[in-house]
This record gives sequence, C-alpha cells and structure tokens, in this order.
Amino acid sequence: MAKYLLLKHYRGAPAPLNDVCMDQWTPEEISAHIQFMRDFADRLEKTGEFVDGQALAPEGAWVRYDGEGRPPVTDGPFAETKDLIAGWMVIDVDSYERAVELAGELSAAPGAGGKPIHEWLEVRPFLTSAPDADACHG
Amino acid sequence: MDERLLRSLTPEVLGVLVRRGADFAAAEDAVQDALVEALRVWPADPPRDPKGWLVTAAWRKFLDATRSEAARRRREDRVEEEPPPGPAPSTDDTLQLYFLCAHPSLTPASAVALTLRAVGGLTTRQISEAYLVPEATMAQRISRAKRTVSKERLDRPGDVATVLRVLYLVFNEGYSGDVDLAAEAIRLTRQLAAVVDHPEVSGLLALMLLHHARRAARTAADGALIPLAEQDRTRWDTTAIAEGITILQSALARDRLGEFQAQAAVAALHADAQTAEETDWVQIVEWYDELVRLTGSPVARLNRAVAVGEADGPRAGLAALAELDPALPRRTAVAAYLHEKDGDPGTAARLYAEAAHAASNLAERDYLTRQAARLNTALRTS
Repeated sequence: MAKYLLLKHYRGAPAPLNDVCMDQWTPEEISAHIQFMRDFADRLEKTGEFVDGQALAPEGAWVRYDGEGRPPVTDGPFAETKDLIAGWMVIDVDSYERAVELAGELSAAPGAGGKPIHEWLEVRPFLTSAPDADACHG
Repeated sequence: MDERLLRSLTPEVLGVLVRRGADFAAAEDAVQDALVEALRVWPADPPRDPKGWLVTAAWRKFLDATRSEAARRRREDRVEEEPPPGPAPSTDDTLQLYFLCAHPSLTPASAVALTLRAVGGLTTRQISEAYLVPEATMAQRISRAKRTVSKERLDRPGDVATVLRVLYLVFNEGYSGDVDLAAEAIRLTRQLAAVVDHPEVSGLLALMLLHHARRAARTAADGALIPLAEQDRTRWDTTAIAEGITILQSALARDRLGEFQAQAAVAALHADAQTAEETDWVQIVEWYDELVRLTGSPVARLNRAVAVGEADGPRAGLAALAELDPALPRRTAVAAYLHEKDGDPGTAARLYAEAAHAASNLAERDYLTRQAARLNTALRTS
C-alpha cells in the first residue's frame, strides 16, 4: 500500500536492448506498442493497483520568474541534450518488490520487430503525507 | 435516520447472510439494497428491531436476486408489512466477517479495502478518496477481494492476529478525504472487542486510543511535525488517555502479554507524564525489552535504543544503536538526535541531513531538514 511513480524517458535513461527509434518502426509495431501500454493500465485497474498515467509530448521549456511586473523568462526546448520524460504511470502496490515486478513487465512492451524493447524505467516511491504511528515516539 | 446505527448493523447483517450460505458478493449487494430500502422506509416507519428488519429485508433481496421471478416478487414485497423481527443477534457472525475480510489469501491492500467496505460499511468512493486512488481502481480491488474470499470456507475460526494487523494498517493510514481512517479503525476495533475475548484486541484498542489522544498536538497548524517532547500536553485528549489506560490495565491483568499490549504500555507511560522530563524512561526500556523478546522487530530495537539514550544517557543510546543494521529506516535520525545530546552538533547536523534524504514521508523529511538547518545555522554563527 504504497504509491510508486514509473517514469518512462525519451532520453536520459540507459539505452534499451532493442534500441530502434520509434520512427523506424512499422505502423503495426507502433499500434502493438500502444495497445500493450493500454492493456497494461487496464489490467492494473482490475487488480486495484492503477492510480494514474499520462504520456508527455517531447517539447518542453524551462520557465522562471524574472522579477516584479515582468513576464516570466522562458528558455528551451532542449530536446537534444536533456533528460526527457516521455510519460508516467502511478501505481499503488503492496510492496517495493511488486512495483519492480510491474515495471519489469511494462519494460517488456513490444518495439521494433515485435520484440520487447527492454527499455529502462525509473521507479520512484512517493513520499507519504503522514507519518505512521510507530515513528519516533510521535 | 441514524447513519451510525445503520453502519454498525451492516456487518452483523452481512455476517448472517454469509453464514446462511449466501455467496459473499451477492450477500453484500443484498445488504446494500436493504440499506437503501431502510433509508427510504425508516424515517416514516421506524422498525422496532432494526437488525431483524435488515436481516429479513436483505435475505429477501438476496432471494430475489437469485430467483428468476425477481421482478414479480419485488412488486409483492413492496406492499408487504414491516418484516417481522429476525432471529436473536448472533455476535459470532460479525466475528466471522472480520476473519473473512482479513483472510490470509488477500493482499494487505485488499484486506484493508474489504474490511472497510464490508465491516465498516464505507462506500467505495469514501475508501478510494481515503487512499487517493481512482474509484474504479478501488471498486476492482474490492470486487477481486470478494471473489477471492467467496472461494474460502467459513467453517473454522480465523486468526485474530491477522484481523488486528489489518485494523492497525487502517489506523496508520490516518486520514485524507472525508473519512478519518484512524477513527474508523478505533470504531471497528471497539466492535471487535465486543465480540471477541482476547487481551491483544484490548491491547490494540488501548494503543490506538493512546496514540489518537495525542493527534491534535502532533502537528502544527501548517502540518509540521512536533516531536513528543515538544508537544503541548494540554492538547492531549485526557478522556481517551484514561480510557486507553483502563483498557490496557485490564488486559495486562490477564497475564497474556502480546506486542500490542507492550506497545500500548509504552504509549501509556508517555501519556502519563505531565512533562517530557517526567517520562519514566527506565520502565519504557523494560517494555521495549519485552517487545524485542516478543517480536524481535528491528523497529522495536531502534525504539529501545532511543529509550536507552534517555534513561542512561546518549552514550549508552549510541552503544545500543551500534548493534543495529545501518540500513534500518530512521536509524540515522536517531543517531543524529543522540549525537546532538552528546554535544556534537557537527556530526548531528550531517546525520540529520542524511536522515532527511532517506525519509519516506514528507512531514518527517521537513522536520529532519529543519533540524539540520538549525544546527548548521548555530555552527556558522558560533
């Protein structure tokens, strides 16, 4: 009963085993990949482990405050150099082992040639909002 | 219309249906239908025996659903009089329901969800809000759990310890959404204590009451964590503390010590001190010795090291800490605290920052970061 973020990267993660750029795949391979992700989310909803998931566009910009009365400064995009997040899925599972198991299954999404991509996914635990009763004599 | 009464009757009614042989999922649907019926009918025509009314109505709903001529029967039922009182209350049924919902074949998350649904009578939406997951996810979690336990026989008593673990998990979730899970866990544990005679049930109830009594003092208005020693003790709920201590004492008198009683004893010693300085740390160390003996739990060993640090000084605490696995969560935070007490703010600041980095919850991380910042500021200006 802890939430984890599974992060999928466009860039920045170690190279997957089946490393072929998506624009080199066949349309059928892309459809199969998307269907796999969709089925995966559906399955997790049925097991009661799905929380949320979204895909992100690769274009991003950096934005910061630039002082009173001035518009924010924007910079980028830096698609060529930065770690780029492609999307995320939030799961709510009983253990870290289960989170790793599910990330492993998601990493097997089919890619070029219909073979698993073996892409690297980042698994990050959520910080919970409330301390538990065992903590520090609270 | 007393919603609390309805919710407290729900598990008993469900228990009767399941014992009579209704499939768990179908029984649950039938009870929900009967509750809707009660909400509609009772305000104008309150029953003499609410439980009997519900059992009869739910049983009829169940039969309706399992018979092909359901529609016709429902029309007939609508013109019928108030159902006659049901059989005498059988507390056994509720207990069976607790066992079923905490069945070892369920994962902890499923057991918790099913318990809140079936025993607690919460709606799926309320449970999903409390656990911050989509309602569809929680609905699936609950229906899977129901399918799992529908295959289990209810012919032998379950393990009370499993039920207690599930209730303690609910309690530790605290509250989010509009349901206070800690209060809900206390309500359910009270209900369990009424139907099962076991000192550990009392131990858990006492532990929950004693922890809950301090809740108002545990966080500042902005959500920041306030450690026990700095809490405003006038904000502790003395009624809950008194009740917890009374329950604990009668449990301890039965001389069948368990981990929840030992933990409650520690909480009682904290609650009993007028000021942090008056805390009886020597006795607390003894209770942690018992806990370590009972559970061998690393968390108990860690808490024992804290208590030793208070009872015999920081050096003794650090010596106790040295025997523990360095990877143990919160070990670094405890080491930081003891080093500061031992007059070594430099080491303490470094360890607080390290502990903050490893903290698994937000309030704790912010607290530890502030401790590191406080020491570092003092070191710079000295």
